[in-house]
Amino acid sequence: MIFFWTDTLFFLLLLMLAAAIFRARSKEHLRRPWRKVARSTSAMVSLTVLVFYFGFAILDSIHFHPPEGQGGEGKFKTEAMSLLDWWASPLRQRSEKTYSAPFASHGYARENSRGTDGVSHWAYPRLQFGGAHLADPEKGKFIDILQTGFAGLLDGFLAWLVFAALLIVARSRSGSITFSQCAYDIAEGRTEVPWRAVLLTLLLILLTSFGLGELSLTYHVFGTDKVGEDVFFQSLKSIRTGLLIGTLTTFITLPLALTLGILAGYYRGWVDDIIQYIYTTLNSIPGVLLIAASMLLMQAYMARHEDEFASLALRADFRLLFLCMILGLTSWTGLCRLLRAETLKLREMEYVQAARTLGVHQGTILLRHIMPNVFHLVIISVALDFSSLVLAEAVLSYVNIGVDPTTESWGNMINSARLEMAREPIVWWSLSAAFVFMFALVLAANLFADAVRDAFDPRRAE
Amino acid sequence: MIQYLIRRILYAVPLLVGVNIITFVLFFVVNSPDDMARMHLGQKHVTAEAIAKWKHERGYDLPLFKNNQLEGISQFTETIFYQKSVGLFLFRFGRADNGEDIGANISQRMWPSLAIAAPSLLVGLLVHISLALMLVFFRMTYVEFWGVALCVALMSISSMFYIIGGQFIMGKLLQLTPISGYDLGMNALKFLILPVIISVIAGIGSGVRWYRTLFLEEVEKDYVRTARAKGLSETYVLFTHVLKNAMIPILTGVVVVLPLLFIGSLITESFFSIPGLGSYTIDAISKQDFAIVRAMVFLGSALYILGLLLTDISYTLVDPRVRLN
Repeated sequence: MIFFWTDTLFFLLLLMLAAAIFRARSKEHLRRPWRKVARSTSAMVSLTVLVFYFGFAILDSIHFHPPEGQGGEGKFKTEAMSLLDWWASPLRQRSEKTYSAPFASHGYARENSRGTDGVSHWAYPRLQFGGAHLADPEKGKFIDILQTGFAGLLDGFLAWLVFAALLIVARSRSGSITFSQCAYDIAEGRTEVPWRAVLLTLLLILLTSFGLGELSLTYHVFGTDKVGEDVFFQSLKSIRTGLLIGTLTTFITLPLALTLGILAGYYRGWVDDIIQYIYTTLNSIPGVLLIAASMLLMQAYMARHEDEFASLALRADFRLLFLCMILGLTSWTGLCRLLRAETLKLREMEYVQAARTLGVHQGTILLRHIMPNVFHLVIISVALDFSSLVLAEAVLSYVNIGVDPTTESWGNMINSARLEMAREPIVWWSLSAAFVFMFALVLAANLFADAVRDAFDPRRAE
Repeated sequence: MIQYLIRRILYAVPLLVGVNIITFVLFFVVNSPDDMARMHLGQKHVTAEAIAKWKHERGYDLPLFKNNQLEGISQFTETIFYQKSVGLFLFRFGRADNGEDIGANISQRMWPSLAIAAPSLLVGLLVHISLALMLVFFRMTYVEFWGVALCVALMSISSMFYIIGGQFIMGKLLQLTPISGYDLGMNALKFLILPVIISVIAGIGSGVRWYRTLFLEEVEKDYVRTARAKGLSETYVLFTHVLKNAMIPILTGVVVVLPLLFIGSLITESFFSIPGLGSYTIDAISKQDFAIVRAMVFLGSALYILGLLLTDISYTLVDPRVRLN
């Protein structure tokens, strides 16, 4: 096992999330808003999608050194490998020479090849892997795609049946109703949590992923990029980058915004002045420019300490972490201002005044009386910021101040693909793949964030 | 009023000083000029003379804060801090790596940026506000539900896809406008159409949603109910009561970004190869030209602070309830 910095922090974050959920389970007032989220159909559908994405990110965050002989060839030999790399080895290792369209069996550009008869042809070469099992791709390809795809869909459906059965068994056990009654309830949509919608989303996800997975064993379902790498594999790898940028940033924003915001609101006076000054100053520097400046400086730092970043992976990992930190530094000010305003209100409330007159220690007031009552703002802001951070990653990669060019990310995919729009025929598949993957994630995140805001914002409560 | 203005302006000074110190620390303390020189000249096989020459050409061979070799006031003026940072206050930006004067470049390049950004803002405002008003007019109907759903979907698309898609459809398939480029004078007009349209469309999702919440907040207030109870038509109430009162947050939100229009947008300008300040910055970032990036960071912050100042002033003008203390 190898732990990169981002891996460790990501798992730490997941652990903290699990701890928070465990704590919230036993407290009725904490459960109430989440129950409201769980009743919302759009929230649960998006949560299903998000969990699916997180699953890939977790798979891609468990790194290890490949055992001898299984690590793949050439440049991959000494590099660390993630569970996803290992699982998707067929996708990772089968790279073509250059571009090829989705489901293509022949290359993108003509080239000179010498046939068996010794005469050279100017033709589209057969791909090394894509559709290589077909004797005559012209005839058999369509049927083969249908057959393989159908087999994949069937697998997906079976997997879904297992999930659905597990869910129904679990529900009928806890609710002590019969299996068929429970299944009937779900199918009719009469459950409190919209399980029917969740199961339908799951069915859709499983069908597409199994179908694509089965097909990707014999074809490049999203084509290949300039150096012949499978675009489907790249998109899967990019999930981790996007999610890390969206989540690890909270390690910087939350501590800063919480401590400074509460302190400024509670103590007022010169503490407030200084903190307000700090965040107004930081806020007045345009975010992209501050990030650009910091990334330039980080490159200079890495150049100076070259021996500390021996491997390419370490370097890329450090850059990803640094980007998260810088994004955090530029995005905590909004939350801090909200928290300050809320604390200003709370400190005049009777219960806080009562605590103060009873001589409760100030630290205790801040931690036990103020913080829990501003935390809904934190949850809302984290949920709302997530999608904008994922989108920001793509933009920053385009400006070359995003993640390392060797890290797979949607931004890098767009960046390398956009120049190919001028080609004839157009290389559209990298862009489309990045678009589909990003859109699904960001849409799910946006819908979920809206539901969270509706549930937690007291002004929107019924 | 005058007193209030002076106080606001004085409040902007420490902010500018703060920004100046941050840029100075970022560019000269975290990384010494030696590091910059080494990065530019290549990491390995750099002689000390080459570094000294590079630093001397750019005036980086001075001490950071205090020059002990000199006497009197020049102890402090002959330093990097004074030469490179304090000069920014007077908009003395110095020279770029290729020897060009940054200040002259900026004053020349801000006009194309403005030519893109100003119409985008105006048309965007018009379109987004009208759409938001429409959603509010049809509230509690399917129009509103699907309109909001569409907004969320539009919000979830990265701005780069809008640009790439727009260039592809308008420029390549339909051949209505040039894909990218820029020209002087009135010829620039045809190059402006596509970027403006795209930036308006790209902003629909978040813009309409934002204006809708502003309008909805007003719609629920008592005076609107009174107006309706008096028998005024829904349209009349929306346009004269709701729109007028919601204009206060809308206007002040616009005023903040007015000065920033000069800076332009990094992505739009580089995608459409418009010679504005945004693409200037991007080029500087990819060439690792520290002097330009430093100048742009300071300029951007200064303009934002100016925007805050204008917002405060416009509040007092638009909303008579705001008192000046």
